[in-house]
Amino acid sequence: MLYDIFKAFWVGGGLCVIAQILIDKTKLTPARIMVTYVVAGAFLTLFGIYEPVVKYAGAGATVPIIGFGYSLCKGVIKGINQKGIMGILTGGISATAGGISAAILFGYIASLVSKPRIK
Amino acid sequence: MGSLTNKDYDKLIKKASPNSTLFKDMLMSFITGGIICSIGQIILHFIKGMGFSTEYSSGATSIIMIFLGSFLTSLTIYDKIANYGKSGTLVPITGFANSVVSAAMEFKSEGYIMGVGAKMFTIAGPVLVFGTISSVICGIIYYFFYFI
Amino acid sequence: MNMNMNMNKKIGLQTIKLDSKPVIIETFSSVGKKEGEGPLKDYFHKVHQDEFLNKPTWEQAETELMRTTVLGAVSNAQIKFSDIDYIFAGDLINQCTSSSFAIKDFGIPFFGIFGACSTMAEGLSLASIMVDAGYAKKTICTTSSHFCGAEKQFRFPVEYGSVRTPTSQWTVTGSGAAILSKEGEGPKVTHITTGKIVDMGVSDANNMGAAMAPAACDTIYTHLKDTNRHPSYYDLIVTGDLADIGSKLVCDLLKRQGVDISKNHKDCGSMIFDTKEQKVDAGGSGCGCCGSVFCSYLYHLLKNKKIKNLLLVATGALMNPVSSCQGQSIPSIAHAVAIES
Repeated sequence: MLYDIFKAFWVGGGLCVIAQILIDKTKLTPARIMVTYVVAGAFLTLFGIYEPVVKYAGAGATVPIIGFGYSLCKGVIKGINQKGIMGILTGGISATAGGISAAILFGYIASLVSKPRIK
Repeated sequence: MGSLTNKDYDKLIKKASPNSTLFKDMLMSFITGGIICSIGQIILHFIKGMGFSTEYSSGATSIIMIFLGSFLTSLTIYDKIANYGKSGTLVPITGFANSVVSAAMEFKSEGYIMGVGAKMFTIAGPVLVFGTISSVICGIIYYFFYFI
Repeated sequence: MNMNMNMNKKIGLQTIKLDSKPVIIETFSSVGKKEGEGPLKDYFHKVHQDEFLNKPTWEQAETELMRTTVLGAVSNAQIKFSDIDYIFAGDLINQCTSSSFAIKDFGIPFFGIFGACSTMAEGLSLASIMVDAGYAKKTICTTSSHFCGAEKQFRFPVEYGSVRTPTSQWTVTGSGAAILSKEGEGPKVTHITTGKIVDMGVSDANNMGAAMAPAACDTIYTHLKDTNRHPSYYDLIVTGDLADIGSKLVCDLLKRQGVDISKNHKDCGSMIFDTKEQKVDAGGSGCGCCGSVFCSYLYHLLKNKKIKNLLLVATGALMNPVSSCQGQSIPSIAHAVAIES
């Protein structure tokens, strides 16, 4: 288990460091970098490159936002395998629906109970 | 501005701008991102230990991480961690949760429909839009090249 | 004959000489908690500990900030609202609503102005011109900005853990108000140099100091030429909110034109915060930055004759979120006001 955590630590940390270099060294805005990560995650998964990373690092590969692209692509593949052509449209969102619904729900609850404060 | 061209001025700006603290930023984001992912790994390990499949556990881990990010945001702590964590707090899924929840909290002042409802995804929206589009493109590619 | 008189008032290219020297009889400044912990903490009239000022939204908080500032100035000067002929006010929130709401109950004829962070100098200019020209006995000018309101409008929600670049500036939560009068005791406005828009193609909204520095350089250079003065004539040349990077640049740019202001130059954005300790990156910005610094520390220096001549050059980055999203560069402006104690 400790070794698993170590692997998650350095891969997850490494993915964050790449984003940090892009922020500091290029004019890319954080929003663009996040989009790039997700799109990259989806295509790397499609071409079978990201799956081994997930196997190796576990949460270190799925918790960073690039893992969101991974889930989307895996979902689409699963959807197509199960439902054929319809899966192209339903697979991605179905696989990530839990996370998106959770974010919307928690966002709504937070807006009910909490107020922004200055740093 | 005399004979100074925009290009010359651009050079002057580069000279005057502070040396980016790249190394320190990298270290901080490595540590913060690493810790967040390790927490995710511990949760994943725990759920798997209860006998669920890898896919199920991974999805559940994401939801719990989103909950943690949302919770820290609503306690107005997440942005303080981000001050130190740099992109270490931005890249993990907790940062995605933070972007949704912070927008919801901020725009509450414009009402629940046009404020919270309409503006919740002002920051996270692009990730969903381009994530979904690329999943569809991946699907098309997969359908025609692998599936048939 | 009238014609001749007007000709004498305008000197050089962009400068007006105010022969009657309108007096700044009173100022008032209010700031937020963070500014109240900065190097100028002893000079502000009022430090608000609650960033909401007991109001439900950021926008209403900024309105309250400006309202209490104007009230403070008027009551300290021991005058009535009806004594004031005109008010000039501006802020950063869309369509300057903070100002409109803040002063709506005062019943003073109102000119809303927008010059982004240069608004304080723009207001001082117009308010002084009104008095000098004899259209008004007393005028008041005021500006405000609120960190959270500005973040919400220009950047991200306050609770979003965004990664700030080291060149970015921190919008000051603050407001300043100054009352000008035909007669009375206090520092006097002698010259006004109105800036023109300068755009050197900088489009990075996270480096506004760099965008605004050429405008400040242009206005300072023109002012010195128009008035035939040497930089050393002024005890202090204070720029609005170029912050650390823009300050370096303006000194560089002026040096290239043979003008050295590095000895007596200071910047409101660098003065209001301890930029390292308070983690504000390059320094402060916003309408309230120059407004609150001028109405507190600088006015204090002038009033107590610690300095004789001050050139206040407030700078403004005249973009909005749409123009920067569309990749446009940042048109910038700087207005100079010369004040003697």
